[in-house]
Amino acid sequence: MCLGIPGRIVAIDDAVRKLATVDVSGVKRQINVACIVSEDHPVEACVGDWVLVHVGFAMSRIDEAEAAETLKVLTELGEAQAEMEAMRLSGAA
Amino acid sequence: MKYVEEFRDAEKAKVLVHEIDKLVAEIDVAKERPIAIMEVCGGHTHSIFRYGLEGMLPKEIELVHGPGCPVCVLPMGRVDDCVAIAERPEVIFTTFGDAMRVPGSKKSLLQAKADGADVRMVYSPMDALALAKKNPDREVVFFAIGFETTIPSTALTILQAQAEGVENFSVFCNHITIVPTIKAILDSPDLQLDGFLGPGHVSMVIGTAPYEFISHHYKRPMVVAGFEPLDVLQSIWMVLKQIKEGRAEIENQYARIVPDAGNRAALTALSEVYELREFFEWRGLGSIDHSGVRIRAAYRAFDAEAKFATPNIKIADPKSCQCGEVLKGVIKPWQCKVFGSACNPETPLGALMVSSEGACAAYYQYGGVKKREAVS
Repeated sequence: MCLGIPGRIVAIDDAVRKLATVDVSGVKRQINVACIVSEDHPVEACVGDWVLVHVGFAMSRIDEAEAAETLKVLTELGEAQAEMEAMRLSGAA
Repeated sequence: MKYVEEFRDAEKAKVLVHEIDKLVAEIDVAKERPIAIMEVCGGHTHSIFRYGLEGMLPKEIELVHGPGCPVCVLPMGRVDDCVAIAERPEVIFTTFGDAMRVPGSKKSLLQAKADGADVRMVYSPMDALALAKKNPDREVVFFAIGFETTIPSTALTILQAQAEGVENFSVFCNHITIVPTIKAILDSPDLQLDGFLGPGHVSMVIGTAPYEFISHHYKRPMVVAGFEPLDVLQSIWMVLKQIKEGRAEIENQYARIVPDAGNRAALTALSEVYELREFFEWRGLGSIDHSGVRIRAAYRAFDAEAKFATPNIKIADPKSCQCGEVLKGVIKPWQCKVFGSACNPETPLGALMVSSEGACAAYYQYGGVKKREAVS
């Protein structure tokens, strides 16, 4: 919940409601991207972004190396497995 | 040094530890008493235990494990309120998995589910909203917990529910805020702290400016820290360097994630939907002024506290539990009378034993019991 999990945005589902599909190590689900969009970075520009996802909301844009390192630490903490299991059980696309 | 070889950069870690040793040797106060540094965030607590970081540090440094685990500080009375709402026949009660096993005065949500209540684990508040749309004849309640990291998510979900006119969705708000909590810790007479590791993901939302009072008023350094072992070690080094140089500043080690200004969209949603409560009750710490938020009147239709009558009774923490002292860092988990015996991860008495981010569960899981035996 608090540590979040990195994923990559692969599609925009609803530009008005700011909903997108994220891929987290092969698990795809819909997330809200309202917190990472701005005039300089509109919804349409989010495809391909690596983001840190907290409880279904992209909260920060990160780079690919940061995503990989974060995922490694979360796996060692056992948090990544718990997070992905929760995603799978609940509304995974 | 049990875990040090697992580090991506074990060599870098060793260099950092060496630099920390050198700094500590130059700090006069460390010759008289340990330097106490509190990591506020439960994520840091977990990382510190998982990587055995405490064992790598010189004995002059004492890490104090702070209250930043939202699951751990839920008071029993609020869990009882959850159970009361969940047991209503029309309700589907949705929660993060972490909160299922937190003990109430009579039962946890997991026990309520076993007794027939419709309690469902969700990954996101958005899933709860989707469930409400799918079940228009039921009332779907989302159990909202967490600091500023998760507050924007429930705020945005409420805004979406309003935009879509979903009337059978509400949020039982137990969100808490970090700044009044740190202030309460600094005002606690039985606790002497020399510096802080600031929470990473809370700061990603609120930025670094809200912490300025720690340096200005309390003259303590804080370094906002990342969660990787090297981040934690480097942040400890940065705190020590400030102490050695007589500085008390708010520094940001985690700038790759934490912008100093925070996240504007998240903060806008947060303040649109929520306002401060006069006070909020914490497990172990008691009542802390302005430490919680509630849903504003404009969004009352989505406030489970307005929608459902709850017992709303303050339940004292179990007498045998010393969660409060552990949360404030006054005692170590293994010094609690029931640690590892009556209170263990299978049958937790106190919430610090429930979540992997709780200091007691971390001690228990990563060799805290061994540590106790070594000491006694």
